[in-house]
Amino acid sequence: MSEILERYWQAYLGFGIPITGLAMTIWILLLAVLFGTVLAIPMAIWRCSSNRWVSMPVRIYTFVFRGTPLYVQLLLVYTGLFSLSVVRQTPLLATFFRDGFNCVILAFTINTCAYMTEVLAGAIRAIPHGEIEAAQAFGFSRFRLYTKIILPSAFRRALPFYSNEVILVLHSTSLAFTATVPELLKVARDVNSATFNSLPAFGIAAILYAALAMVLVALFRKAEKKWLGFLKPATH
Amino acid sequence: MLYGYGSQIWAGTLATCLLTVLTLLFSIIIGMIGALCKLSPNPLLRLPFTGYTTLIRSVPDLVIMLLVFYNLQELINFICAWAGWAQYQMDAFSAGVTTLSFIYGAYMTETFRGAIQSVPKGQLEAGYATGMTPLTVFRLILLPQLIRFALPGLNNNLQVIIKATALVSIIGLLDIVTVTQQAGRSTQQLFFFNLVAAGIYLCMTAVSLIVLSWLDRRYSAGVREVRL
Repeated sequence: MSEILERYWQAYLGFGIPITGLAMTIWILLLAVLFGTVLAIPMAIWRCSSNRWVSMPVRIYTFVFRGTPLYVQLLLVYTGLFSLSVVRQTPLLATFFRDGFNCVILAFTINTCAYMTEVLAGAIRAIPHGEIEAAQAFGFSRFRLYTKIILPSAFRRALPFYSNEVILVLHSTSLAFTATVPELLKVARDVNSATFNSLPAFGIAAILYAALAMVLVALFRKAEKKWLGFLKPATH
Repeated sequence: MLYGYGSQIWAGTLATCLLTVLTLLFSIIIGMIGALCKLSPNPLLRLPFTGYTTLIRSVPDLVIMLLVFYNLQELINFICAWAGWAQYQMDAFSAGVTTLSFIYGAYMTETFRGAIQSVPKGQLEAGYATGMTPLTVFRLILLPQLIRFALPGLNNNLQVIIKATALVSIIGLLDIVTVTQQAGRSTQQLFFFNLVAAGIYLCMTAVSLIVLSWLDRRYSAGVREVRL
């Protein structure tokens, strides 16, 4: 165990150029969560629309992408799209889909965006209607209504579920090695095949994942205390 | 239509379905035992399960799967040698069922723990007061009520299990993913066969949603829903 740690600790952390290991895992997580969140905001607003023609496509999108495994989606993007001659013959698309990293970010973004849309839409529906009516009574424009009342409130209410989703994305980053991205589990597999010592090889990766998950949970708990305090039951 | 791979895909689908059903069954058993142990006042029962659920839920499924898969055989060899039994070779399917049940047992433990805690305590006390044994209290009072509280969590877990079965192809099981990838490679139709795989999974999650909502209606009979 200590021998493996001594020889491979830099590979596990991977804060070098180019980044691998834990650093790559964090980088994938950050990009997927960032893009997923940005896309989920308009999606959630459309999902809550009373116009069926607007809400129905978003509903179908979330049903399909939450109903199929991320691994299958990743394979579809990574092996499936590249097998289409249309993609291979368009230079821009071909260079994009040839790189496993782009495919991973694309698949993860689309997948997590589906979950985040549902989380955010649920939070929007949970806003007391009086708050929106009050804003309308004050003559807020639609844009101001969303940016000042609905979205800030929805983000706060969504925080506990949002943190769950971020942890789930962290867990799914371990799939990225199937698209040849050198993240933490890829390093662990390499160490395993180099040393045939699978318990420490995967054990170290498991500990690093657990540590990262716990840091994220602690951060979200802090954020909840700060921004969700107004929903706590009264204590006095 | 499926370029002659229909029967293989069907076999892969059956393997995935069987894997899902067995995993669900075993993880429910582990979860129920775990929940009862986790709520027990005895720390010797409580602490191991607390560690188990915390650890499993903070590490990615795939990492645990590889960890268990590579070490399970060694563990079995060790036990066989120790007990003097003949060597037993684990096949990919039973390894898949074991690892998935081990992982989702932790999630089920948390689901059932919450559900047991939602059943009003007075109900159990009333049972004991009328002279029921703990087993009768569990069977007649706790279980029928806790199913209703556990169903939403169970539904979530089932959805996750169905999707997690796709990962067993990584440890070499002939499931939907493996079969469709093979078919796609040999026919140069990877996009089409990936879509087929996604469609089969979508059908499975949709069916499970329908079954669970039927169960939910059955077990919520007589409970008035909150309407806002």
